[in-house]
This record gives sequence, structure tokens and C-alpha cells, in this order.
Amino acid sequence: MSNFFEKSDLSRSEAENIISDTLQKCDDGELYLENSKSESILLDDNKIKNSSYNSDLGFGFRAISDEVVAYSHSNEISKNSLKQSSENLKSTLKSVKGTYNHEIPKSNKKYYENINPIEQKSLNEKIKILNEVNDYLRSKDDNIKQVTANFLGEQKSVEIIRSGGETLTDVRPLIRFNVSVMLEKNGRKETGVYGVGGRQSYDSYLKDDNWKSVCDEALRIASVNLESKPAPAGEMKVVLGPGWPAILIHEAVGHGLEGDFNRKKTSAFHNLMGQKVASEGVTIVDDGTIDNRRGSLTIDDEGTPTEKTVLIENGILKNFMQDRLNARLMKTKSTGSGRRENYRHIVLPRMRNTMMLSGNQTQDEMIKAVDKGIFAVSFGGGQVDITSGKFVFNCTEAYEIVNGKIGSPIKGATLIGDGPSILKEVSMVGNDMMMDPGIGTCGKAGQGVPVGVAQPSILINKMTVGGTKL
Amino acid sequence: MVKDQEFLEKKASYCLGLAKKLGATESSVIVNNSVSETVNFRNKKLDESNRSDDLGISITTYIGKKKSSISSSNLLDDNLNILIEKCVETTKNTPEDEFNSLPDKDLLAKEVKDLNLYDDTHIENDQKIDYLKKLESAASNDKKIVNTESSFTQNKSNFILANSEDFCAGYKTSSFTASSVTVAKDEKSMERDYEYSSKCFLKDLDDAGELGKQAADQTIRKLSPKKIGSEKIAIIFDKRIAKGILSTFASAISSSAISRGTSFLKDKVNQKIFSDTINVLDKPDILKGLGSRNFDSEGVKTDTLKLVDQGILKHYLIDTYNGKKLNLKSNGRCGGTSNLYFENGNISFKDLLYSKSKSLYITETIGHGSNIVTGDYSVGATGFLVENGEFKYPINEITIAGNFKDMFKNITLANDLEFKYATNSPTIMIEGMVVAGK
Repeated sequence: MSNFFEKSDLSRSEAENIISDTLQKCDDGELYLENSKSESILLDDNKIKNSSYNSDLGFGFRAISDEVVAYSHSNEISKNSLKQSSENLKSTLKSVKGTYNHEIPKSNKKYYENINPIEQKSLNEKIKILNEVNDYLRSKDDNIKQVTANFLGEQKSVEIIRSGGETLTDVRPLIRFNVSVMLEKNGRKETGVYGVGGRQSYDSYLKDDNWKSVCDEALRIASVNLESKPAPAGEMKVVLGPGWPAILIHEAVGHGLEGDFNRKKTSAFHNLMGQKVASEGVTIVDDGTIDNRRGSLTIDDEGTPTEKTVLIENGILKNFMQDRLNARLMKTKSTGSGRRENYRHIVLPRMRNTMMLSGNQTQDEMIKAVDKGIFAVSFGGGQVDITSGKFVFNCTEAYEIVNGKIGSPIKGATLIGDGPSILKEVSMVGNDMMMDPGIGTCGKAGQGVPVGVAQPSILINKMTVGGTKL
Repeated sequence: MVKDQEFLEKKASYCLGLAKKLGATESSVIVNNSVSETVNFRNKKLDESNRSDDLGISITTYIGKKKSSISSSNLLDDNLNILIEKCVETTKNTPEDEFNSLPDKDLLAKEVKDLNLYDDTHIENDQKIDYLKKLESAASNDKKIVNTESSFTQNKSNFILANSEDFCAGYKTSSFTASSVTVAKDEKSMERDYEYSSKCFLKDLDDAGELGKQAADQTIRKLSPKKIGSEKIAIIFDKRIAKGILSTFASAISSSAISRGTSFLKDKVNQKIFSDTINVLDKPDILKGLGSRNFDSEGVKTDTLKLVDQGILKHYLIDTYNGKKLNLKSNGRCGGTSNLYFENGNISFKDLLYSKSKSLYITETIGHGSNIVTGDYSVGATGFLVENGEFKYPINEITIAGNFKDMFKNITLANDLEFKYATNSPTIMIEGMVVAGK
């Protein structure tokens, strides 16, 4: 655990006094301190291209009165700096008359261990694996023209000090291992990308030469794409595979169910609480409590323990995801969804691990039910306009379906749909729910946070596929 | 207050000195400080105020051809000592790469011109609030507007770049940015759009009332959109989307993509990649330019480059490392382009709209559908159907797709270029793309 006041002219008790003084008569607020250490080691073009290390330290001081948020952050943890921030907050919130809400739920549960993954494996060992990855892949296929592999490791220590001195802490490990392969054959180039990660040590993911299966998967995707033909254009049936394709859920409904957009009534879902927004059999939860997952958190960035929040139950909209501010203004409770990228940013309600739960049909039944359509197995990124509800995501591995059979692979294409109506078009839910491999980062208001997704195979009756073949 | 040059220089030279003492044969360091103050409004009321004071340092050390780097926001000497020691230690353990080195000394910038990038004016939060009140009042004039969110940011930054070849330079920059996001609603739909203005000098910022009105107008016209059928149709890209096509072009000619062989424009220098009439410039010395600079992030001086001359690709964007790999000299583009733009075409915006009996005018795209390895492009889009020069009705839930290799050759440029961003384009029309809809 970091001692944020160790090398500072500011003592903990002085900090507590400034916090309590600044936040009296505010409705909420806290001092958020963060110390993060991260590394990146990259192999590219047959060489170790980059080995870098970052150490980031700073605080963010927040005061909230009614709907107004005042925020100030700095890298310097000093008496002067905190006092200046306090003055900034006070000058924004000139005449406050609220009552500070001291209530914050407690839990002893932890969803990951207090480790520093960077120090659990030496630089030489990491470089050795990256070189092995390169040699392994290049010996497997003569068409390989480029291999990129990298390790990203992080340990983030946070401390939240609330008015009155109540203190909440968390130490969060996070790692990611990625492999990207480019193939060239007959003048045509295609790439395949795969990765794994979560809140554990590197070795938890790499033991028993498990890195080989990451390489194999990246190579398989690139090989499939090398044979792909132009994607069709127009509306058709779409079967989504299990796991990572759940970024459809994340984009199509996840963002629209975040508390801030619904309090402000700018989400296409804001007036649909308690109503049917999905087909029967569709249940979606957002869960921060799964051990060691990329999107899991012991406490959120306001200090609230995370939970498993039911968003849609059997087709009916049940809950939004809330931070403390939006929960108070909407007269409900925080769901432990208050997150920020780091101390430079304000808290927003965000997703953690967003999952559609299993139904009882098989992927085979879905494929057989499609005369003409596509089968999408893997995706790159996605995006949503939460106001119009329109969302997109980009296929990185997909096949055509002709008369109930999987046909040729098709080129990467964007799929577009309408969030509030897409889940009503889900006509089959598979029995094969799977988590993603632990590589997702969600962007909102310029802030990126690690998230997870999961889903079973699903059949969607109608979606627009953005190919070039009419 | 943003830290002064003296403070940043002192930190930089401390780091270079220590790196040398610990065994680095070469090193470079960037120290920066950025102070931002933002006020946000929502529905004509104060919503958020935000002050950020960001310090940062990043150091790269070399031992022969071995290289490693560290960065930190903690500039206390104690911490720098630990980090530089760690950096040198990591450098020793990182394998050699024959192309690693500081830039050639004769390419480093010799002088720092005043490009008018810093305005000392300080705008108090109360003045920002006045601006935002005026903006939001104009934005919410129409009853169809149901939500407005606006923001005003003042940013002052300073930096020093120094290396062990005695390069040491830096300068202050400022920016003033106002933006407005509005939501409009009718019986059938709810839509969002935006407008924004960002300038180096406060007095150049757009008028608050006009900015608000523009955001509202652009949102209201999107209400009650329709979906169209799938077809091949000419596509007109609004200026704010057209610049994205230039950004993709810039990524595809970056020396890193070229040297790794992962770009569809590899080996295309001196070949025709656009139609005859197209010229693309990257001009770093525009006064008050949002992308202007004296040198790149390695200290190499940046001159104006005509990247595309009458449709022919003339240069890649080259940094030191990839330049050495490609056997080319750095042209000061480490970190990318400066003020990148298409030169004006010779047809007016209006004539461009009238040039086809039917076309699609795109105002927003979503998704990450540009693949620079293959040149494939497929994104979600929002816009308007244009018939005989007139905007007929709004369109959404469609995708547009093509391949940049073909798209570049089918570009027609209007003559309405403005310098609103760092990368700018006139309105462009591309023929032969496919729309997927119903």
C-alpha cells in the first residue's frame, strides 16, 4: 500500500482537516489519491522495440453540491497544492447549503490479490517469452510478414479520504498480453490479433506454454481473413458467436443504461424502466465481483463495494448503473459503478463486466435457422450514439451463412443497429455463455477504463451489414 | 500558473546529467507542464468546474544501440533518482537495435521562431460562465432542443525538450476551446449534434451566440431520420468528417507503418495515389495554427512538405528510427503531422451539391472501420439525402464502405477550406462507394 504522505510536507491529519473544511455543507465529495506503476514491453519487426516504465502519482479533489461538481487535480501532493485545490472548489461552490452524506456501504470481499505483476517476472524472462513468440510464429507459416507481441502490466494503488477522515483503499493489479500477426500471400495482406489478460500475475495466463495458444489464435484469424471475400451489404440475419462479440451488448444497451445519461434524459432508454426492451429469455447483468476479471473491482473509485447489477431480466429493464452523484439525484443507490481512468478525471457511472446470461439453444440450431446471413465470431471495436441509440461494431472474423450452412469467410465489415430495438430482434439465446479473454477497454468522455463482456451465441433476426457487395 | 522555462530546463538538465553519470551514452528528456481550467454548463446552469495541473517528464536513455524509457508525473529529485537508475538498468538488459539513436545533429532545429502560439490572457471562471450563458441561451432557443451541454476550457502549456547532443528548446502554447452539444426531440426521434471552436488566442474564438445557434440548427435538422436502401451512390463528406480521411492517409504514410510493411501505401512514393487535381500539404509554420510547431518530438526541424503533388505521393512522414531503417532522413514528423490539409479544389460547395442528381451528405461517422493494412473502410454513418442540390431528409442507421485505394482516386474537392482544426479539408465528394441500409 502506498503511503501518500510519506515524502510530503502535508500530514494525513492536515489533509483530513482541509477535506472536512472544504466539504462541509457539500452533499458529497472526497480526496482521491492514486499511485500507479506500469510497464510496456514490445516486440515488433523481429526486435524488442520498446521497454518503458511509467510511475504516476497525483490526487483529485472533488466537491459536489446538488448537481454541480467542482474538481481539481494535481501531481504535487503538498500543503500548497491541496490548499490551492480547496480554494478552487470553494470558489466554484460559493453558497452551498447541503448535508454531507457520510453513508458508504462496507464489504470485506476482495476480487483480486494485492500483488505487483511487474515485479513478479524479471525483464529478461519477459523478453525471452516475446522472442519465443516471434520464433514460434515465424516458424509456423512462411507467409508471416510481421509479428508484434507485447506485455502491459500495471499496479494501481488508490486511497479515498472522505469528509470526517473515513478512508478506503484498494490495490489493483492488471496485465495484458497481446499478439498480432500479419500474413502476405499473392500480394494480399491480412492481420489477426488476439490477447489475454486480467487482474493476476503474468504467469497465471502464460503458464504451460499457454502463450502458444494465443499465437495460434492470432495466426488462425489472419489465415481465415486471407481467404475472405467482400462482405455483403444490407439487412440480414446475424448469428453472433459467444464471448467477445458481447461488445454488441456493451454498445447497444450498456452505455444507454448508465445513470448519467438517464438522469439527463439523453439516453434512448431513459423512459423505458420496467418496460420490455428485449426478447423473453434475455437477461443482462453488469458484474464487478468476478474473481480476477479485467472489469472487476473490489471497490469502485468512490469507495463503494462493487456488486452484480441486474440490468435486464427476462426482457424487462430493471436497473441503471449508478455512481453516487447520479444515484442521489435519481433517488436510488450507487451500484458501485463510479469509475475514473485516473486521478485526472471526474467519476462517471461506467460498466464493469457486462454479460448476457445463457439460454437453452445451441449455436448449431441458430446456423440452421438462417437461409442468408452472416456468422460473426470476432470483433474489433464498437461505438454508440446513446441519444439516437444507433451503434456499430466491426467484425474481424466473420462468415457467410447460406441455406443453414457456414460458407466462406468475409472481409471485415461494420454492423449497425438500433440499441433499444436490437434486443427485441434476438430470437435465439445459446447455452454456451463465455467470458471474453480479458482485453477490453471502454472509452467515455475521453476516459478509458478496463472492462469485460460475456454472452452466449445469439441469433439476431435483422441487422444491417456494411459490406461492399450489393 | 504554468511553470516557467527555467524550472523545466533545470529538471531536464538534472536528468541528462544523472543519466550520463549512471552510464548512459546518450539520452533525451521532455518535461512538460499543462494547466487547464474548464467550466461546464448544462441546461443553462453551472454543472462542473475542473482545474488540472499536470506535470510530466519522460526520459529515454541509450547505451550504445540499447534503449529504454521511463515517464513519470512525480518530478521530485528523490523519485527521479530512482527512475533514472531503473531506466539505465533496463537499458543494459534490453537487446540492441542497430537503428536506435538520437537524431543526426545537423537535422536538429537551430532556431525557435515565434509562431504566435501563446496568448497570455487569463479568462476567469466568471467570464467563462458569461460566455456559456450566452451560448446556451442561443442553443436552447428552439422548443425542440431538450438538453444542452456546453464547455469552456482555457489551457496553458509549456515544455522543454533536451538531449545529450546539447539540444535544449521549448516554448509556451495556449488554447481556448468552447463547445456545445445539444439534444433535440420530436415525436419520432431524439438526436444529438455539436459545434465547437478552438483557438490559440482568446479574441479569435467564435461568438458564443453563433456557436450555440449552429449546434442547435445542426441537431434539429437531424430529427425524424429515415433509413435508405443499399446502393452505390456518390458520398459527400462534411468538412468535419473529411478531415478524418486525411488522418487515415497520414497514418498510412507514417514511416513506422511503411517500414513494418503494414500499410496499403508502402512503396507508393512517386506513384499516383489520388486523382490529378489533388495536392496535400503539411505546413508547420502557420501563425496561430493549431498544429504549428518549430520542431518534432525529437527536436528535428520541421519544414513544409508537399506530401501529394498533383495526385502523386512525394513523401512519407519520417522519424529518426524508421528513417534509418528505410535509409531515409528524418523530415521532422516524429509524432505525426503538423497542419495537414488538402488544397482547395476548384468547384464551390453549392456546385458540388448540384453535381449529381442524387447523393448522400455525411455529417457524422461512428466506429473504427479504417484498416490501413488493406485500405478497407466501413463505418456507420448519419447524414442527409441530397437530390438536385437540395437536402431532402435526414438519414441514419446506414453504413458506407469502400477501399481507400479506390476512394482516393475518386475524390472531388470543393473550394471551402478553413483552418478550424490541426487537420483540415474542404468538403469532398467520393464516387463509387457502397451504402448499406435496408
